[in-house]
Amino acid sequence: MAKVLHSAPKIAQIDGIADRLATALGDMLIHAKEEHGEIVLSVVRENVEDALRLLRDEHEYQQLMEIAGADYPNREERFDVVYMLLSVTRNHRIMVKCRAAENTPVPTVTTLWPNAGWLEREVFDMYGVLFDGNTDLRRILTDYGFEGHPFRKDFPLTGYQELRYSEEEKRVVYEPVELAQDLRQFDFMSPWEGAKYVLPGDEKAEGEGK
Amino acid sequence: MSGLTLEQSPTTGDETITNYTINFGPQHPAAHGVLRMVMELDGEIIERIDPHVGLLHRGTEKLIEHKTYLQALPYFDRLDYCSPLAMEHSYVLAIEKLLNLEVPLRAQYLRVLFAELTRICNHMLNMGSHVMDVGAMTPNLWLFEIREDCLNFFERASGARMHSAWFRPGGVHQDVPLKLLTDIADWLDTRLPQLFEDAMSLVVDNRIFKQRNVDIAVVSKEDALAWGFSGPMIRAAGIPWDLRKSQPYDVYDRMDFEIPIGTNSDCYDRFMVRVEEVRQSARIMKQCLAEMPEGPIASLDRKVAPPKRGEMKQSMEALIHHFKLYTEGFHVPAGEVYVATESPKGEFGVYLVSDGGNKPYRCKIRPTAFSHLQAMDFMCKGHMLPDATAILGAIDVVFGECDR
Repeated sequence: MAKVLHSAPKIAQIDGIADRLATALGDMLIHAKEEHGEIVLSVVRENVEDALRLLRDEHEYQQLMEIAGADYPNREERFDVVYMLLSVTRNHRIMVKCRAAENTPVPTVTTLWPNAGWLEREVFDMYGVLFDGNTDLRRILTDYGFEGHPFRKDFPLTGYQELRYSEEEKRVVYEPVELAQDLRQFDFMSPWEGAKYVLPGDEKAEGEGK
Repeated sequence: MSGLTLEQSPTTGDETITNYTINFGPQHPAAHGVLRMVMELDGEIIERIDPHVGLLHRGTEKLIEHKTYLQALPYFDRLDYCSPLAMEHSYVLAIEKLLNLEVPLRAQYLRVLFAELTRICNHMLNMGSHVMDVGAMTPNLWLFEIREDCLNFFERASGARMHSAWFRPGGVHQDVPLKLLTDIADWLDTRLPQLFEDAMSLVVDNRIFKQRNVDIAVVSKEDALAWGFSGPMIRAAGIPWDLRKSQPYDVYDRMDFEIPIGTNSDCYDRFMVRVEEVRQSARIMKQCLAEMPEGPIASLDRKVAPPKRGEMKQSMEALIHHFKLYTEGFHVPAGEVYVATESPKGEFGVYLVSDGGNKPYRCKIRPTAFSHLQAMDFMCKGHMLPDATAILGAIDVVFGECDR
């Protein structure tokens, strides 16, 4: 591993912990990797609950700090659900990950940690990942009556609905988003390295044999 | 209203007592922002609370995906607007971890100094509003005087009182004048202890304050772990867990400070843990001021940190670096990290996924209040309605951070 130069939080270095956890998880594990000082264990979706129970009960990862969703639209199972575990006795952190699609529910971990409820609700709200067994899978951060899952990569940044107070109707009304000015997404990537489009002027070169 | 239980009155037999549901917030002053709590009450006893959060959801994480790493930084100030620099701290450390970037020692000291000043600033607001929620006005006003001093220091360092955007990947934005450091040192020796101990002398042994807080919302160690508590909430439960100590970042491993813990795990302990943390923060700040070396305040890696303006006037290369950094920005190696620091409210984490580009692919923010607020139902059950404000005050929620 490269020399650590940064000053980010230092967790305990336990020799061979990744291998030991990988062995303990057995068939439930898809692969384990250690990058940037982070141990990431990818597990089979159906076994998430069992894997986390094993890690909590036998390997002292007592706290579930966070469940993060992530969207990779090009993949078949497009969502990642990432569980951040913390061991206060060993002073160690790991990430456990599984993949899911819109129609493949992930087993809930509210049975293991009571605070998983809201964390799962958030992932459901933002990405539309379903959690099997979560009895209270309501939206949490978005508006009452909101439709869609805003953190998906194909959801536009500006959204679809906007609201304002209507003086005539004396209430807040919902209307389709109308931008007074186009949303500006600047492309500052260097064209020598990054441009994935035809540069202005380059289209003339096409077809004109030298 | 459905689902309510009807009872016969034990005395007269002709009245019926029903549970009723009330709406606490979202515009209630004790809700610390926009929190709506649907409470089911049996008389004045709370039977169930369903907190509705998200009224301040701005989609910060989505906005960050559309900005370069540097442009995304000011969003962090606007999460927990009571402790803005502590929010930036997690983010810049996450970027530095992905880049494996060395930060000059002076910058690390400056960051710790200002992170601790932020902690004092945050605790002033929280403790002040906590005592006000349970009925006392004066301490809040006195503590706000300290907070005003802190904000003046932020202004002198960064130009902004609240939304500093002063921590940068690779260090801090600008060096501080020597006079600011000496003024902070004087303030730590004179004004802070004077004002703070004065205000605390009104509160800590106050009979009313104790009646409102002692034995309210007792949480066992096991429950505190299971509910994902962190910060003063877990320390009040008697678990000496502080990321500054156990997983030190920047120069916290050089600092000598104590971690206060509670014995009874009630709202009073949570308050007292914060009181002691202020004193310990002052201690850390004094050490920072005493030990702070001279030197650069940002990384000298010109692919990440911009050159000085004077240099740009002379050097073509510096000009190009500046231009590239403020248009395209820097690229971060692909990978994912979860970096958590001890914000004044607890563990504040950033899960940063990079695809190798100049914008974060995903930036998940772990707010401290989310787990704590979720436990409201569990902590309030069986308590009286006015206790809910004390419990909420002791959690220290700020909705900018909770809702993101």
